[in-house]
Amino acid sequence: MSLRPLTAPWFHGPAGHEKIWLGCAILWCFVMSLMMPYWHFRGKQNSTGEAYTVKPADFLARTEKFVAANRVGTYKHPGNALLGEVPVVEPPPGGDAYLIGRMWQWYPALRLRQGETYRIHLSALDLQHGFSLQPLNMNFQAVPGYDHVLTLTPTSKGEFTIVCNEFCGIGHSSMTGKIFVE
Amino acid sequence: MSTTSHNLAAPGTPGRVCGTTGLHVCFDAQRFIKLNAVSGIVFLLLGGIAALLLALTRWQTVHLLPVDWFYRILTFHGLNMLIFWILFFEVAILYFACTTPLNARLYSKKVAWLSFALMLVGALMTDYIILKGQADVMMTSYLPLLAHPVFYLGIILVAVGTLIGVFNFFATLYVAKRDKAYTGSMPIVTFGALAAAIIAVVTLLHGAVVMIPTFTYSMGWTAEPDPIWYRLIWWGLGHQSQQVNVCAMVSVWYLLTHIVLGSRPINEAVCRSAFVLYILFINLASAHHLLVDPAVGATWKIWNTSYAMYLAVLASMVHGFTVPAGVEVAMREKGYTSGIFGWVTALPWKNPAFSGTALSVVIFGFLGGITGVTLGTQQINIIAHNTLRIPGHFHVTVVGGTTLAFMALAYYVIPLIFQRDFIWRGLARVQPWLFGLGITLLAFGMSFAGSMGVSRRSYDIDAQGVYGPAAHLWLGVLGIGGVLAFLSLLIFVVLCVGTLFFGQKIEGRPMADWGTPRALAGTTPGSLAHDHYATKGTMVLTLVFLACFVVYYFANWKALADVWPVR
Amino acid sequence: MKNEPKIHPWQKLMDNPWLLLVLGVLIPVLSYSVWGWIELLFTKPALLP
Repeated sequence: MSLRPLTAPWFHGPAGHEKIWLGCAILWCFVMSLMMPYWHFRGKQNSTGEAYTVKPADFLARTEKFVAANRVGTYKHPGNALLGEVPVVEPPPGGDAYLIGRMWQWYPALRLRQGETYRIHLSALDLQHGFSLQPLNMNFQAVPGYDHVLTLTPTSKGEFTIVCNEFCGIGHSSMTGKIFVE
Repeated sequence: MSTTSHNLAAPGTPGRVCGTTGLHVCFDAQRFIKLNAVSGIVFLLLGGIAALLLALTRWQTVHLLPVDWFYRILTFHGLNMLIFWILFFEVAILYFACTTPLNARLYSKKVAWLSFALMLVGALMTDYIILKGQADVMMTSYLPLLAHPVFYLGIILVAVGTLIGVFNFFATLYVAKRDKAYTGSMPIVTFGALAAAIIAVVTLLHGAVVMIPTFTYSMGWTAEPDPIWYRLIWWGLGHQSQQVNVCAMVSVWYLLTHIVLGSRPINEAVCRSAFVLYILFINLASAHHLLVDPAVGATWKIWNTSYAMYLAVLASMVHGFTVPAGVEVAMREKGYTSGIFGWVTALPWKNPAFSGTALSVVIFGFLGGITGVTLGTQQINIIAHNTLRIPGHFHVTVVGGTTLAFMALAYYVIPLIFQRDFIWRGLARVQPWLFGLGITLLAFGMSFAGSMGVSRRSYDIDAQGVYGPAAHLWLGVLGIGGVLAFLSLLIFVVLCVGTLFFGQKIEGRPMADWGTPRALAGTTPGSLAHDHYATKGTMVLTLVFLACFVVYYFANWKALADVWPVR
Repeated sequence: MKNEPKIHPWQKLMDNPWLLLVLGVLIPVLSYSVWGWIELLFTKPALLP
């Protein structure tokens, strides 16, 4: 009984319907266990957590250098004063790009080429921020003190918005950035 | 049940014999069950009011709160619901589970007072500083966000107080065994509570490890802890505390189906093994929150997020079978044998404790479990992390699952422990249904909006200029669901508090029956104890569940395959 | 009690709250917390090429 101590022997293996269900459940858990390693080697979307420690000031300096060397234009958001004017920067195909999350903008805007692969270095300067690429809905964490490397291959063209999805103070819901793919 | 087998085994313990169940109730335990349960319900009401304000703000058309108060109330809501309400009620459940079923006395009144006082003071401190506007950091308070030191101190006090209550539980188990208050193995309800208590120990240890250096940092005494280290250890508190809920909730399922229908686990060894799998492996899933984080590698992520190859999911799937199977066997033994589902239609759907339990099982399993495992898949998390899909998941586990099960429990705890019959019993019969409906709508709204990329913890979705009318529609569904769930929560609190003051006293007589199916003529209890093929209905239901699980799981892999390649 | 049939070791584990407590603390602490902590400690500094 559920509310009384058990005194009679109660230790039995599963039988009948319970055994069938247990078999189904174990099989399903096994399938799910295989899916993640399978996708890690064969699938194209993975989060490997590749990262290096970095001082926020050093990361900012490296980003400014990246902007100065690869700037191709300026982007002004029509309605969002927080984003203001940000440089548009085009990294060389196959090269490194630097992206900063700070209160309350993603800096700089990136211009990428469809089908090329980039190493995007993602970090935050002040608080934690959430890199959320819309409308694709791809999400990664940006953390101060860590250079989070995303090896990314844009496969669709257009204008994409980076939304911040980690709470970062009063301007959080207006924190945006841009990625253009040509 | 006979009262003779349950005379006082621990002599000199002040207590009484329950007029309804014939079980012995220790007065000390009873007092602290009352104190903790009532405090829990008060925090539930506070968190509920906050929930209403939040739902009416995220419902973009209404957009009630100003921005600073939105984040403040969100912090307040998270802590009051996920920590205070749940922990107070769980301590009440622990005190019940280690005394009455074991015929034991509570180990120490003083320890129980200390635990209660620390928890209460800590919770009030935290709530005060949040409402004062000096801790707008969300429940997670991710560094480098920094709150007033009182915020961390309050949480530390709650954690230490709970740990002391858990110690009282373990000491009671030890004394009960030593003094031979019972012989044999502890009942399944107590075993489930043991699992909850063990997980609580791991949880609260992590809480201490992360909160103490954060507190000293906020005082300016020590350097800032590393933000990722904070995330790693904090989720050892934040996620695992919800695993305490899972164990407590499953125990409540076993308890209430037993009380209402006389059902028993069809196989004690399998049910207990499932709890053992929880104890050993469920806590690895704190990794769910770090799946798209830097600096922790794919091997660590995959191994931990899968609870060591889904052993804890296996445990939940076992409970998801054995709970309804126990009910089916009990109903068939009572003579409700027609067809595959004849026993389902004869169930006491108007008994709020039963309907609450059944809804809790269905909402937790079909909605909460399936979404949780899928979103917690390492790669799929890329298209879910920090979107509204996440709260969409945990509102059907923690609220539709745990809170609803605890509400169901209250429909027996208040008559049996507070010794008063419920007022307005008709309203009580509607309450779990309304709550289940509200929470389900809320979770659907969140999940679909989240699938469209709407982020959680965000005041406004118009500033980004990327969300269309469909996202707004789902946020409206979220809002309506939130309002319905709040109404039901309000009804629940009014019923409970009203009953404490105005309910008819019981004193010795059995409590008023909520409605339990009678055994038909010519049936004998236990007649199906050795029939292992008596659970056809449950078999069909669980296979339907598995089919939904498989479809949802692979649909998400498909959605993932459509986004940009990333490593 | 001496003449009772042998108790299965798995049942012995389930009847022993203290052993369960020790295992229940050790496994997650080692697998999740300690392993994760080690991963963080071994994070290399960025070269910023």
